[in-house]
Amino acid sequence: MQAALIRALTEIMEQNPRALILGEDVGRLGGVFRITDGLQQRFGADRVLDTPLAESGILGMSVGLAMAGFHPIPEVQFDGFAYPAVNQIVTQLARMNYRSRGTLPMPVTLRVPSFGGIRAPEHHGESLEALFAHVPGLKVVSPSNPHEAYHLLKYAAARPDPVIFMEPKSRYWQKGEVLPADGGSPLGSKVVRSGKHVTLIAWGAMVARCLQVAELAAEDGIEVEVLDLRWLKPIDAAGLAASVARTRRAVVVHEAPLTSGLGAEVAALVTERCFGTLRAPVERVTGFDVPYPSGDLEDEYIPNIDRILFGIQRVLEYRRG
Amino acid sequence: MVPVTTQVPELSGDELRRLYRLLTAVRQLDLAAVAWQRQGIIPGYAPELGQEAAQVGSAFAMDTSRDFIFPTYREMGTALTLGVDMVQYMATHQASWHGGLYDPVTTRLAPIQAVVGGSVLHAVGWAHGQRLAAQADATQADATAETAPPDGAPATATPSDGEPDAAPAAGLPAALTYFGDGASSQGDVHEAMNFAAVLKAPVVFFVQNNGWAISLPTEAQVAGGRVAARAAGYGMKSLTVDGNDVTAVVRATREALAHARAGHGPVLIEAMTYRRGPHSTSDDPGRYRTLDEERRDAGADPVALLAEQLLASGHADSDFLDAAQADALAAADTVRDGVQALRPRPGSEMFEFVFAESTQQLTDQASAWRKESEHD
Ligand SMILES: Cc1ncc(C[n+]2csc(CCOP(=O)(O)OP(=O)(O)O)c2C)c(N)n1
Repeated sequence: MQAALIRALTEIMEQNPRALILGEDVGRLGGVFRITDGLQQRFGADRVLDTPLAESGILGMSVGLAMAGFHPIPEVQFDGFAYPAVNQIVTQLARMNYRSRGTLPMPVTLRVPSFGGIRAPEHHGESLEALFAHVPGLKVVSPSNPHEAYHLLKYAAARPDPVIFMEPKSRYWQKGEVLPADGGSPLGSKVVRSGKHVTLIAWGAMVARCLQVAELAAEDGIEVEVLDLRWLKPIDAAGLAASVARTRRAVVVHEAPLTSGLGAEVAALVTERCFGTLRAPVERVTGFDVPYPSGDLEDEYIPNIDRILFGIQRVLEYRRG
Repeated sequence: MVPVTTQVPELSGDELRRLYRLLTAVRQLDLAAVAWQRQGIIPGYAPELGQEAAQVGSAFAMDTSRDFIFPTYREMGTALTLGVDMVQYMATHQASWHGGLYDPVTTRLAPIQAVVGGSVLHAVGWAHGQRLAAQADATQADATAETAPPDGAPATATPSDGEPDAAPAAGLPAALTYFGDGASSQGDVHEAMNFAAVLKAPVVFFVQNNGWAISLPTEAQVAGGRVAARAAGYGMKSLTVDGNDVTAVVRATREALAHARAGHGPVLIEAMTYRRGPHSTSDDPGRYRTLDEERRDAGADPVALLAEQLLASGHADSDFLDAAQADALAAADTVRDGVQALRPRPGSEMFEFVFAESTQQLTDQASAWRKESEHD
């Protein structure tokens, strides 16, 4: 995925002279995850800018650069350090187009290495999707593999609106092919495995885990469909409903805490659209309502294969009344 | 006060008269807006009584063909000086639209900003963008001079060497960003000053130290007492001016702009003003200071001060002053009529400007709203 992201960024920078990368250590170092590796040598220190260590500064400056006609691609080093930038993201980036009645669009793609799974210290692994998806004026997307990473980043960076691009950091080292675009809606979700008994809905790193679960379930004769949601705002409600209408059962899986998480939104959308056909309430298999735990407890927190299998079992065995 | 260098010329009689007309217009419109709030024409307003010279003087120094201004919620005088349509500006105070109905791109005035310190970083980003654009232009000019670039080759800027000679001959476009002594406590303002100084961005940080951040006086807000003193810590030049003296403000801003345009980096101006009267039309200054204190601390009235200067220098007579006053009153009446004629924006606009590329969800929500509400 790292190579796919570098390739996407390189092409974006080549094709769009107004694209700029900025953030902490993105230049000489190539980013702490090396996602901007080699880009400063190639495009110069003005287009790949090492900023001082201040997240609000990076995002506020991106707003001003966008006002000046540039297409900033800021990076926040780790998800937990997006919090200091939340004011600029929420009160400025997300609203400038609105406030200015469309005269100051904000073509800003914020890359955030996201989610856990790498046993990092506090704030180096969090799941902020619900926070950002709730904010009017922001779009949120998360790729699940190198192919998606390449295409979604290129698509996001060509948008005239702010996109929060959540890179699953546990998947950075995953190898995989980048195929040509498949012609489907770039805003859609994707069925990445077909099945008829239950739909597993996931994004980011959880997609790969759900695919593993589907393999295991298949041994017991349960055919699991896996839907990669991709866009967390706007959610592809039609694609979601189409899959669940076929399987009549849904389990949504995410790393973020349960309460007010995006799983609740997914469950509501499925219920609105598939109430008549659903055979069981939508299940949620998520992180717990606790701060993202330290590395040692991460495996207890992040939905694991067993917990997802239990979720599937609950929807399969659900009996009315 | 730190004196302005003698390299900045004194203002001409014509400039002084134009400034007086602007100051008077701002004074009258400001007083009128407070009255409109009392009459129920607008729900609220942030007065600037006593800050007219700081705002008019700084904006007067700007080149609106290329510079860009980043205001707070209290910069009516700046807006008026830039020639922004005052009805469209007042639409924010009339609760018609956040940020104003005017076009920020053509007026060079960013939307009105309610978040204290929020726009200061935008100024830095915008200003840095001007530097980048100038460098890209220079590189392109060089390239065309030597060998024409291959067809379709993207214009890429070469790395900056950070030297001041990166500025074009005419100088860089500059950003002017306003904030108060209260806002100077915000982290964003410190991040902005540091970023700007590190990047040598052509920004003028314009602090209106009006003595108060709602009820908190500067001494309880700004450790060390002066915002300008902080500039030194960022390796940035600063100027402190008498914010009641419009000529001093114009000259200080011109000096700061020349510095920034030449590529030498940002400058901080602290204009010492006094916010006479309430912070906003819902404020009660009697709870934190007495009228006597206000009279004692406020200093010279900026409008009266310029009138004296004009009369003493012979650049204007009392007929001119009377005419300016009459025109200002008439202009304020015209704005009032315009504000009263403003109707709520069509509800559909609520959905229109959220994104440049809207979403299915918003389209669905807009049509549900249309069906279920009586508005159109
Ligand atoms: C981030 C933020 N916090 C609080 C407020 C509420 N508020 C509005 S104005 C103000 C005082 C600002 O003082 P100063 O920056 O000195 O500007 P002044 O109003 O005196 O012009 C406060 C606390 C706000 N608008 N934004």
